[in-house]
Amino acid sequence: MQLDDLKARADELRSEAARSHRIRVCLAASCQSSGAGEVCEGFERAVESAGRGDDVEVRRVGCLGLCSAGPLVAVDGRNAAFSELYRHVGPDDVEGLLDSVEGEPVEQLRCPTDVPFFQRQHKVVLENSGLVDPDRIEDYIAQDGYQALVRAVTEMTPEDVLREVQTSGLRGRGGAGYPAGLKWSTVAKAVESPKYVICNGDEGDPGAFMDRAVLESDPHRVLEGMALAAYAVGASRGFVYVRAEYPLAVERLERAIRQATKEGFLGHGVCASPFDFTIELRMGAGAFVCGEETALMASIEGLRGQPRPRPPYPAESGLWGGPTLINNVETLANVPPVVRNGGEWFASIGTPDSTGTKVFALAGRVENTGLVEVPMGITLREIVEEVGGGVPDGRAFKAVQTGGPSGGCIPVELTETSVEYDTLRAVGSIMGSGGMIVMDETSCMVDVARYFMEFCMTESCGKCIPCRAGTVQLHDLLVKIADRRATSADLALLEELCEVVQMTSLCGLGQTAPNPVQSTLRYFRHEYEERLVETPPGEFLVPLDVVDT
Amino acid sequence: MPPKPQSPTTSVRVVTLTIDDIDVGAREDETLLQVAAENGVRIPSLCHLDGLGEWGGCRLCLVEVEGSSKLLSACSTHVAEGMCVRTDSEKLRRYRKTIVELLFAERNHVCSVCVSNGHCELQDLATECGVDHVRVPYRNDVFHVDSSHDLFRVDHNRCVLCTRCVRVCDEIEGAHTWDVMGRGAGCRVITDLNQPWGESDTCTSCGKCVQVCPTGALVRKGTAVGEMEKTPDFLPYLTQMRGEV
Repeated sequence: MQLDDLKARADELRSEAARSHRIRVCLAASCQSSGAGEVCEGFERAVESAGRGDDVEVRRVGCLGLCSAGPLVAVDGRNAAFSELYRHVGPDDVEGLLDSVEGEPVEQLRCPTDVPFFQRQHKVVLENSGLVDPDRIEDYIAQDGYQALVRAVTEMTPEDVLREVQTSGLRGRGGAGYPAGLKWSTVAKAVESPKYVICNGDEGDPGAFMDRAVLESDPHRVLEGMALAAYAVGASRGFVYVRAEYPLAVERLERAIRQATKEGFLGHGVCASPFDFTIELRMGAGAFVCGEETALMASIEGLRGQPRPRPPYPAESGLWGGPTLINNVETLANVPPVVRNGGEWFASIGTPDSTGTKVFALAGRVENTGLVEVPMGITLREIVEEVGGGVPDGRAFKAVQTGGPSGGCIPVELTETSVEYDTLRAVGSIMGSGGMIVMDETSCMVDVARYFMEFCMTESCGKCIPCRAGTVQLHDLLVKIADRRATSADLALLEELCEVVQMTSLCGLGQTAPNPVQSTLRYFRHEYEERLVETPPGEFLVPLDVVDT
Repeated sequence: MPPKPQSPTTSVRVVTLTIDDIDVGAREDETLLQVAAENGVRIPSLCHLDGLGEWGGCRLCLVEVEGSSKLLSACSTHVAEGMCVRTDSEKLRRYRKTIVELLFAERNHVCSVCVSNGHCELQDLATECGVDHVRVPYRNDVFHVDSSHDLFRVDHNRCVLCTRCVRVCDEIEGAHTWDVMGRGAGCRVITDLNQPWGESDTCTSCGKCVQVCPTGALVRKGTAVGEMEKTPDFLPYLTQMRGEV
């Protein structure tokens, strides 16, 4: 297949789609759980009984963004005459909305899209999310999908693709922010073969669902990104590792892989070029540590999901000892636009050190919870107060937690900090994979630290002593402090153990487990101190009675 | 003209580095722990055992390497030209001591009633690291004891999860009777699919696991306090002899 053929096909699909009105129903996991499936079937039945199958298309799409207002439905007029978003749509609203394709919008359900929640976002990764039916490869092709891949294998050398990624300044979206171009070039330089490409979809941070949304809403984008990566580094086999708790993502990925293989974008001789690339799906069995790259590879190999010391890094010795490129879902989802529009275009978004956009799952005490994609360099306050709509119920904004159990709490005084890898690290947190939890004045910071420590304790694999035994002790100390049974000696021990666990643990899980404690101690130490007691209850000696003999 | 030097396998470079200000020479494929031991520098370790594959789990052999922001485990780090290594510092001593304390608090390690008393690597490490008391609270979790095997006994209360038994059974004996189940503090070594040891179909009763176990977790039956002496020294010879075949 040549690029011109694909472009012609995209134009044809687009003009065909523009001929009818369109009702887009969000069927991502969050809207499905609030009844979007029923709404969608209602629309399909109503269209059929009204005999309007020819001029109204009901499209099952992925995430429309404002998860808290689901089920969400978007109605587009023919030839893009208008586009309206509706929230909290129930099965009873189907008829009214169907009539609105040619009439007046349904005011009571309308969700205004000229508000900062939508206006402040900049969509790159989620550009197709909510527009395409994830089960139809045609929809992705109509959005210029797979053009980057076809252009790469027919017109570009692997070095060209690599150069675009290096120019783009793209950094790993899994949390640590390792430059993608550097990682790719290391794997490309490795001489051993076979090489592998792995997509890390073992998203495990509590409250984070960016990767799930991408995989559920636009799976082909991830496959195209993987194929481009494989072409650049010289791999011919790829794995998507998705946690089994995402059954919808798994189902859609499986279908997407089948479709892409059938269309010739994957498999033997991609697009009639000499480049071969197959993708297999592997499911995680619920261990958080399997998001760590060496544990993930052990899991793919069929071994117990436990990390091993690095070096050697996966780029040198990874899956079955071969050089392996392992990137997060969001990182790979950024690759097709980088190759399509050029690295310079991507580098122009965001800041010089942190280019592009970042998807955040906004949760906690904030008006608009859901998925947002914002350019790097935006301040935390802008995300929470403008995009997120601020803290509800007139309460005061206290802190924002980024990076999940590996991250830290940033107090309100520091929310002018811009969202960049290095600035967030400087204030004691990390970018993380994209979880963002907003806290108001009623949130207790000791409790927050205790919650994340409990998570790390139960998710520790048990291989190394500091993480296995240390997180247990840290958790007990935090419970003791929260219950007002701890003394200042306990607080000192807590701080010392934090240092030991951070410095000596084997993998990222243990090394970052103390972060929530350390960052809350840094900014909210008084909340710990005011819970301390002079003498712990029940731990003093009872004087014995003197008995005369 | 002298003959060209011949190497038995593929070429391995030799490098020089400094360990605690001592200049040492080493083959590139050696680990820091090996080279340190060759040169009389003692680095504490627990999960490492000569002749077995590396595990990197005890974190006691962590060393400071100039130019690396993180501490590296000496057992899994290969030497490199010009490397500058420090195996002993105030910080490292403090970390090692805390790790040993964490182990003592994790399960039941009461030496006075243990068959391995006086011949226990954990006990020796505690002495070496200067553990005179344990600052963290004892967990007091109760684990069971499996005496179903004719010759040996496993007491999970004494286990430090070093996985030496798992590795020796898999790598040397080839039976792979032992493995680890569970997660975090709930981890346990198990025989076969968590069956009683005595009912294991794969166990050859060779006793290698007992010999390599650093504590009183795997012992010979019929031993009283302090009577369980172990001799894991056979391993390096065994691997060396097998390698030469």
